[in-house]
Amino acid sequence: MLNASLKELSASLAAKRISSVELTRAFLARIGELNGKLNAFITVDADKSLAQARAADGLIAKGAARPLTGIPVAHKDIFVARDWLTTCGSKILSNFVAPYDAHLIERFNGAGAVLLGKTNMDEFAMGSSSESSFYGPVRNPWNPECVPGGSSGGSAAAVAARMAPAATGTDTGGSIRQPAALSGISGLKPTYGLVSRYGMIAFASSLDQGGPLAKSAEDLALLLNVMADYDKRDSTSVERAKEDYTRDLDAPLSGLRVGVPREHFGEGLAPDVGKAVEAALAQLEKLGAKRVPVELPNSSLSVPAYYVIAPAEASSNLSRFDGARYGYRARDYTDLADMYRKTRAEGFGEEVRRRILIGTYVLSHGYYDAYYLKAQRIRRLIANDFTQAFKRCDVVIGPTSPTVAFRIGAKTSDPVQMYLNDIYTIPANLAGLPAASVPCGFGAGGLPVGLHLVGNYFSEAKILNVAHRYQRETDWHAREPAGLKS
Amino acid sequence: MNWEIVIGLETHAQLSTVSKMFSGASTAFGAAPNTQASAVDIALPGVLPVANKGAVERAIRFGLAVGGTINRRSIFARKNYFYPDLPKGYQISQYELPIVQGGTISILTKTGERSIRLTRAHLEEDAGKSLHEDFQGMSGIDLNRAGTPLLEIVSEPDMRSAEEAVAYAKTLHSLVRWIGICDGNMQEGSFRCDANVSVRRPGASLGTRCEIKNLNSFRFLERAIEFEAKRQIEILEDGGKIAQETRLYDSDKDETRSMRSKEEAHDYRYFPDPDLLPLEVSEEWLNEVRGRLPELPQAKREKYQREYELSAYDANLLTESREKAEYFEATQKFLSGPAPKTVANWVNGELSALLNDRGVDFSRVLVTQEAFARLLDRIRDGTISANAAKGVLQGMANGEGSADEIIAKRGLKQISDTGAIEKIVDDVLAGNAKQVEDYRAGKDKAFNSLVGQVMKATQGKANPAQVNEILKRKLAR
Repeated sequence: MLNASLKELSASLAAKRISSVELTRAFLARIGELNGKLNAFITVDADKSLAQARAADGLIAKGAARPLTGIPVAHKDIFVARDWLTTCGSKILSNFVAPYDAHLIERFNGAGAVLLGKTNMDEFAMGSSSESSFYGPVRNPWNPECVPGGSSGGSAAAVAARMAPAATGTDTGGSIRQPAALSGISGLKPTYGLVSRYGMIAFASSLDQGGPLAKSAEDLALLLNVMADYDKRDSTSVERAKEDYTRDLDAPLSGLRVGVPREHFGEGLAPDVGKAVEAALAQLEKLGAKRVPVELPNSSLSVPAYYVIAPAEASSNLSRFDGARYGYRARDYTDLADMYRKTRAEGFGEEVRRRILIGTYVLSHGYYDAYYLKAQRIRRLIANDFTQAFKRCDVVIGPTSPTVAFRIGAKTSDPVQMYLNDIYTIPANLAGLPAASVPCGFGAGGLPVGLHLVGNYFSEAKILNVAHRYQRETDWHAREPAGLKS
Repeated sequence: MNWEIVIGLETHAQLSTVSKMFSGASTAFGAAPNTQASAVDIALPGVLPVANKGAVERAIRFGLAVGGTINRRSIFARKNYFYPDLPKGYQISQYELPIVQGGTISILTKTGERSIRLTRAHLEEDAGKSLHEDFQGMSGIDLNRAGTPLLEIVSEPDMRSAEEAVAYAKTLHSLVRWIGICDGNMQEGSFRCDANVSVRRPGASLGTRCEIKNLNSFRFLERAIEFEAKRQIEILEDGGKIAQETRLYDSDKDETRSMRSKEEAHDYRYFPDPDLLPLEVSEEWLNEVRGRLPELPQAKREKYQREYELSAYDANLLTESREKAEYFEATQKFLSGPAPKTVANWVNGELSALLNDRGVDFSRVLVTQEAFARLLDRIRDGTISANAAKGVLQGMANGEGSADEIIAKRGLKQISDTGAIEKIVDDVLAGNAKQVEDYRAGKDKAFNSLVGQVMKATQGKANPAQVNEILKRKLAR
């Protein structure tokens, strides 16, 4: 049951083979068993979850169930949920109980899903390893000595270890896709604007996008059906007709043009990852897809541009955490400036402070044009690269991350090495494009490898179709971490 | 050698929307602290701003009214600084691309009419309020005002005296109320000015300026500029230099004092707010707003001078507010015959004074335009004297009835019957031989005494013009 797909769980609930309360208890038990080891959850509240499960059972009994009714879903601790501690992985919000629900939480509540718990993450989603959390590092279920990727590492580890059937995350530079890849699960970052950012604690507003993490592309489609929704409270939310993201899952891939960017197969790509990705491309060709070489000539500029834009926005977005109205406040201070200084120095971790400093610097008088404006121009060039590429192909495919999961602590002292983890994922954020990662094999140390699929704007259904057809032919996504078998 | 004062004003007009610039919370004044601060206003984690269409429309209305350019695409930017009454740690404003650019405001001073150029007008949100008085060793924060929509209107440094600056501020104040974008309540801070003041020798390039913050009355604006100009002139005449700085006006001491120097100025790190899309104004919307714009005060002023032959001064006073101008025009229509000068005099004079006394303005009609026209008719047809009419107007405002009813009730009808007046004059002349003699001996004062006697005999009801005329005729014999 812990291994079942969302479709199977839904069918079992509908047929009353199991109740939502039983299902929720089972996952809570699994969390109880493994969280001490993996640290995937920051907050679990069985009473609250079970109350929702009972309500869901009521709906099911009345015949008012919808596809996710009664199914437990774990949420990244970046989404505020009413009456839940919502920390964003930071000491500065370590006492913050949210008084309202994020749009995404409203959507899941409206669908009758059960909030299973709040997952661990890099502090304020700044990181690629889930090591920067105030609540300690998350461990990779495939090898607890390794990181699960980040920043949505808690969600990825929870799904990989079958502590949750599905989870949500956010992706600013790869924070859904990279942990999905490193943890051997599937993850989707939708087109910017498809999922409302209301109630999603902002890191870099122009890049942040919420999305699902699950065991399969089919599950991602079911989750996206709930998450994608126009929200007038988010000015960047896109108003468009509702879609059923499951509609094209089984469409044949014959004639599909798969763009393979030379730039994502060069220096820096680990051979084991390259090999798994090559095999996946061959598999897609067997399914009728055609390989088309494409170029993303400005790819190499994406990491530097990202590390100007994201910290710039973050430096401003995080100004509200000043100890004045909520959250952590330093105990001893002499005056207002001292209160700000100490609260923020004590409340934010090293990586967050580093990015606030970088962001403040690039926005400063005299540096703005050289950094921020130039980065914005690069951003347009990168988006344009994709526009050109999509004239020749339907989906761009390559590796999600240059290596498999690395050991905890291996990159914490070298931020640039850490930042290069997201070299293949960042361009989709800069361009606002939808992209997914699905498991495509194992590399060194038996650790999972992710296949990265980028589509054109609002082509989520197409990406999920390609991923699902691939998953029909392969079983990488169905593998479970050895030693944690459910 | 003389000095020239150069003044530019930055005016914050609070836009009269029901809800805030970027949240749905109420903008009503005077609520208990923090009861009108929503999740967005207190900047809870995860909340997002949504621009208030009503505020944008008011900005467009202003831009059209001053003949400025409405930018079809403008950008909201973040102005970053830390302060407890600024919950997000940044203020959402407009920086590089404001919604309105250019435009002019025409002002009237003793020296005549002048046009003041506007640089720009942009939308922004207000901060909250820090309360330092009621807390020992602490400050209270009231975020009710946080997020209130403001239009910041920036003039060019086109004014050359405190008088011109006040005329500009008053004209602007009248305009924003006229077009219904701001209630203009200065006590509540709905309309406040920052003045940039510098001095120079005529013909020289601009001097170093100081900015005086938050002047919330026309009198303070005038006093602050006068003090500041004098301060700067004294420094320069002593061979000193002006330091560019921000200053505060202390109305108790009637002086300005330094708040922060240029070196202490913040680096606000402006950048486009990624939470808000560029503000787009469609042709259709622009035309719709233009179509709903009322006739503007400037157009009315010109019309009054051209069509009614009123003075620029009278026309200016009549167009102080839209309600007043409308009152003037409606009264005209109800009058039995055209008498724009009389109506203007009474609207600007007695009626304005009456409303002022009672602490109301032309938006509260104490006396209907039609009733007021009847009163003026009674002056014009000689039924009552202008002097008596003042009392009737008071009575009307007190709800004692119509002009005719009050005239009848109080017996104020003038005696205009020549025969009757002649008879009374004859009696007075007969009983005041001494005065008649004095008058004939060249003592003009005696005449006034005789008029007084006639008026007394008629209890003030004799038509004064007729009394004068008859007395003169009879004395001349």
